Amino acid sequence: MIDVIGLDKHFGALHVLRALDLRIARGRVTAIVGPNGAGKTTLIKSLLGLVHPDAGSIRIKDTMVNGDVRYRAGIGYMPQIVRFPENLSGRDLIALLTHLRGAAVARDEELIDAFALGEHLSKPVRSLSGGTRQKINALLAFLFRPELLVLDEPTAGLDPLSSSLLKDRILAARGVGGTVILTSHVMSELEELADDVAFLVDGRVAYIGTLFDLKHMTNQSNLERAIAVMMRQGMAA
Amino acid sequence: MTTILKVTGYGVRNLVRSRWLLLYAFFFLASAEGLLRFSSDGTKALLSLSSVVLFVVPLVSVVFGTVYLYNAREFTEMLLAQPVRRSHLFAGLYLGLMLPLAIALGTGILIPFALRGLLRGADGGTLVILVFTGAALTAVFTALAFGIALRIEDRLRGVGAAIGIWLLFALFYDGLLLLLVALFADYPMEKPVLALVLANPVDLARVLLLLRFDLAALMGYTGAVFQQLFGGWTGSLLAATALTLWIAIPVACGQRRFRRKDF
Repeated sequence: MIDVIGLDKHFGALHVLRALDLRIARGRVTAIVGPNGAGKTTLIKSLLGLVHPDAGSIRIKDTMVNGDVRYRAGIGYMPQIVRFPENLSGRDLIALLTHLRGAAVARDEELIDAFALGEHLSKPVRSLSGGTRQKINALLAFLFRPELLVLDEPTAGLDPLSSSLLKDRILAARGVGGTVILTSHVMSELEELADDVAFLVDGRVAYIGTLFDLKHMTNQSNLERAIAVMMRQGMAA
Repeated sequence: MTTILKVTGYGVRNLVRSRWLLLYAFFFLASAEGLLRFSSDGTKALLSLSSVVLFVVPLVSVVFGTVYLYNAREFTEMLLAQPVRRSHLFAGLYLGLMLPLAIALGTGILIPFALRGLLRGADGGTLVILVFTGAALTAVFTALAFGIALRIEDRLRGVGAAIGIWLLFALFYDGLLLLLVALFADYPMEKPVLALVLANPVDLARVLLLLRFDLAALMGYTGAVFQQLFGGWTGSLLAATALTLWIAIPVACGQRRFRRKDF
């Protein structure tokens, strides 16, 4: 689904991505983990075309990411924090995104009911709670049934009910052949959802493989400990 | 094209419902109304109102614009992740900020004059020029706000830069110009001063307005020089062209920056 080859990016003197190679398979949930500053966010933003890499290439499905914007019609992005325009309502935002993505796209409105968002969608965003805003954020990512979901800390700020609904949605999306890229600080959550783990250190992929293999390789029973072992080894190397 | 219109539309819809914009429109309404009440005739009220516009419009456009853009940062990223071209998105964001500010200015000023039936005649013409000049200043200073917000990542420094730009163009510039003229009093200074006037959008707007009033000599050195060198249409045309460039160049630079920026 995604082929990243030799991706390189500097921010000033900071070398954030160092010839990063990554292949993400279709129809799987891939967790991107790594210590702070490893380049997770920069990698995700490169996939979305928000960051222009210095070198290297990204292919998503059959499109090279280099200026043609149409490939993004197949991506649902849920940023970590989003501040919506204060005086617009959820419905305004849905209408805007529907237009930007082409009105013909079939929308998945089940999530509106599942999140009990109905009445909140007509209120201006400024009057909504942080959790409700985060639900709208999630809704906008899933609404257009994208083939690829890019979710940055998706459950942060959600209550347990909404959080588990969202997890069901992620697994359901995978069930119909969707590809999901996920970051989170909550390892147990990644353990619940992820098929594959990409472990980033210093702008490189230090490990990519199945969750099972990672635990087996490090001889640990859960992801958190496996990652801790990887990090310790990473520091030593 | 429709993308630009759509993004513009939602920007306008968001800002029109904002309390700050309402306050801005009300400020001009109150100023125009007050000045009309306390002046003996419409022309004098217009002259005072021009000074208010030249002072307040650049300030609010650049500072409010910069803060607005910092607040819209995350949402802009979200829009950039949609299948939208950056150039279209930039145009939509720019118009969505600039138009509501210009509309608030225009309605605030026009209503008190319209209620008194002062939209026709010589004052009416001046009023139209005042609104257009105010709109042009809005376009210039919101474009500069984009320049600041796209270049400076730190909000506090960005807002500082916005205030700095306003202080420079609206306050210090004329003082520096005067100082220069005083220092080189023995030399013919018309041409250099003219060049310096063209380099300040607020001065250009002032010239455009004051040439209408036939009072240019009363309003600072720059106005006097301009009137002396170009009476009437030539001067207005030159100032209008330069002001248009003051919109076009910052917008083009902002557009370029927006296309290349890493968000």
